[in-house]
Amino acid sequence: PCAGPVESKTEAAMSELVPEPRQKPAVPMKPMGINANLLGYIGIDTIIEQMRKKTMKTGFDFNIMVVGQSGLGKSTLVNTLFKSQVSRKSSGWNREEKIPKTVEIKAIGHVIEEGGVKMKLTVIDTPGFGDQINNENCWEPIEKYINEQYEKFLKEEVNIARKKRIPDTRVHCCLYFISPTGHSLRPLDLEFMKHLSKVVNIIPVIAKADTMTLEEKIEFKQRVRKELEVNGIEFYPQKEFDEDLEDKTENDKIRQESMPFAVVGSDKEYQVNGKRVLGRKTPWGIIEVENLTHCEFALLRDFVIRTHLQDLKEVTHNIHYETYRAKRLNDNGGLPPMTTETEENHESNL
Amino acid sequence: VFNFSLSCQFSDGAGYVGFANLPNQVHRKSVKKGFEFTLMVVGESGLGKSTLINSLFLTDLYPERYIPGAAEKIERTVQIEASTVEIEERGVKLRLTVVDTPGYGDAINSQDCFKTIIQYIDNQFERYLHDESGLNRRHIVDNRVHCCFYFISPFGHGLKPLDVEFMKALHGKVNIVPVIAKADTLTLKERERLKRRVLDEISEHGIRIYQLPDADSDEDEEFKEQTRASIPFAVIGSNQLIEVKGKKIRGRLYPWGVVEVENPEHNDFLKLRTMLVTHMQDLQEVTQDLHYENFRSERLKRTGK
Repeated sequence: PCAGPVESKTEAAMSELVPEPRQKPAVPMKPMGINANLLGYIGIDTIIEQMRKKTMKTGFDFNIMVVGQSGLGKSTLVNTLFKSQVSRKSSGWNREEKIPKTVEIKAIGHVIEEGGVKMKLTVIDTPGFGDQINNENCWEPIEKYINEQYEKFLKEEVNIARKKRIPDTRVHCCLYFISPTGHSLRPLDLEFMKHLSKVVNIIPVIAKADTMTLEEKIEFKQRVRKELEVNGIEFYPQKEFDEDLEDKTENDKIRQESMPFAVVGSDKEYQVNGKRVLGRKTPWGIIEVENLTHCEFALLRDFVIRTHLQDLKEVTHNIHYETYRAKRLNDNGGLPPMTTETEENHESNL
Repeated sequence: VFNFSLSCQFSDGAGYVGFANLPNQVHRKSVKKGFEFTLMVVGESGLGKSTLINSLFLTDLYPERYIPGAAEKIERTVQIEASTVEIEERGVKLRLTVVDTPGYGDAINSQDCFKTIIQYIDNQFERYLHDESGLNRRHIVDNRVHCCFYFISPFGHGLKPLDVEFMKALHGKVNIVPVIAKADTLTLKERERLKRRVLDEISEHGIRIYQLPDADSDEDEEFKEQTRASIPFAVIGSNQLIEVKGKKIRGRLYPWGVVEVENPEHNDFLKLRTMLVTHMQDLQEVTQDLHYENFRSERLKRTGK
């Protein structure tokens, strides 16, 4: 029944404190006389089911940030993605309201459930981004917020009496909205993505794609991809994190052909061919959001939610968070001090 | 601003988002990565530990086994021997490490024989703590002991003093699953009596053995209760095939009949194996969340790191 290759354990390098146990050479799974006929079943594969049950029971967190100038349909798109009113649409800045001097960070949490799986979804909005006359460094509050979440996680992780499940507020995915000018990226787009692609998974999307014809869309996408490449911007899924050939093939296709997704969002339903669909009604026709011939919303949705959700979280945890942590370890000559307190205010002598 | 509310879904049909697919995504990644599990076996020599392990995992973990004579055993101290084997079943890969403890209980004076074992378990915790606190955490190997089968002799009247001492010393460090070995030396009545004795003594001494978690809503509550009621499992192991009623089964051939390993009426082998494989995930979780965290907080408090 078993046919694995032999492997003797090689432990990670460890200090001299801990002596190695005496290792017997590992035994190959040779088909012995007695086992040859006895095709027994042990039941190891049930561990998969155990893990699945655990995921279902504990539910999971997902934190998605949206960045882009106001009016690009960010809230509508997020609502469309999760088929719920998870983000409150703004109607722009009226004359009495002042555009905030710095970018605000607004995080709103919802619990949504589907097929027995509970998701604690947090949508982080960034009103004010790119809305000023002078937008210099407007990404800084965003970068600060992202790092603050890493810090929060780190602090809990190094605690002596730490929580079993550390609450995860880290940003798993940042949707960056590109204005459908049809020309090229704006300098602000480049600056933002250059800075932030190093700390968070960025997924660029072309907003309000119903302003472009098919040809214009294809050309614009090509130009944007080129610009991103020339400027060394690694958006998600990053090439260097492809785990194996299977991932690479799948992701190459997405990187080189599909992204950036040209999307249209809507929370209104219309009747088309006897079906209720989400769409935008215009005199010249109804734009169906989930129709792949109209826009790439469904691709974005499938990508973020149905296939790469777990991977977005893993890259955030294993790559971005670890990078932050390593920097903290090196910069201050050590981690923040362990404490048995659980309050936030253990500011230390770092 | 954090407000939690069950948000309104759009009209049916259009309401499906797709994140119910997440467990499948996790599944895919887990299958790719494979699983690791470390099982320790502790008990006096000759209680059938090796045979049982071979029977459980349908392997031959100890091919060129050398059994030392009594005179040699006098000089020996407890050794720790770890063997690793990769088992694959229906596409799922498991890296199983069996940690054997030859020499346990052999010495005339067995006063300190479990100190080596405690040290081994602590060392694995120490190693993990070190790796977890380090810079490069991408490939931490988890060698912590997830489960310890403790073999109780069927020849006595219950737990021996050494059994009690061992379990008291280790129940805060590892999941202990007590097993009554060589159960074919007992009649069914004797078996029940011994089990009752062992459970009473365990409770008397405040020993905390591994507890099966409550059954989930879709799990067979009755089956789980039956399993729980069988602890400690009275088992028999065998690597020999005997022909019974035209079928080849694992068993032990006696003049008075054949003891069948996988016959639930003969012994609890199947219950033990089922319990182990269906709780691997939970055993790992309890090791991580309880035993390891205890070790870690003690350790950190001590060194004031």
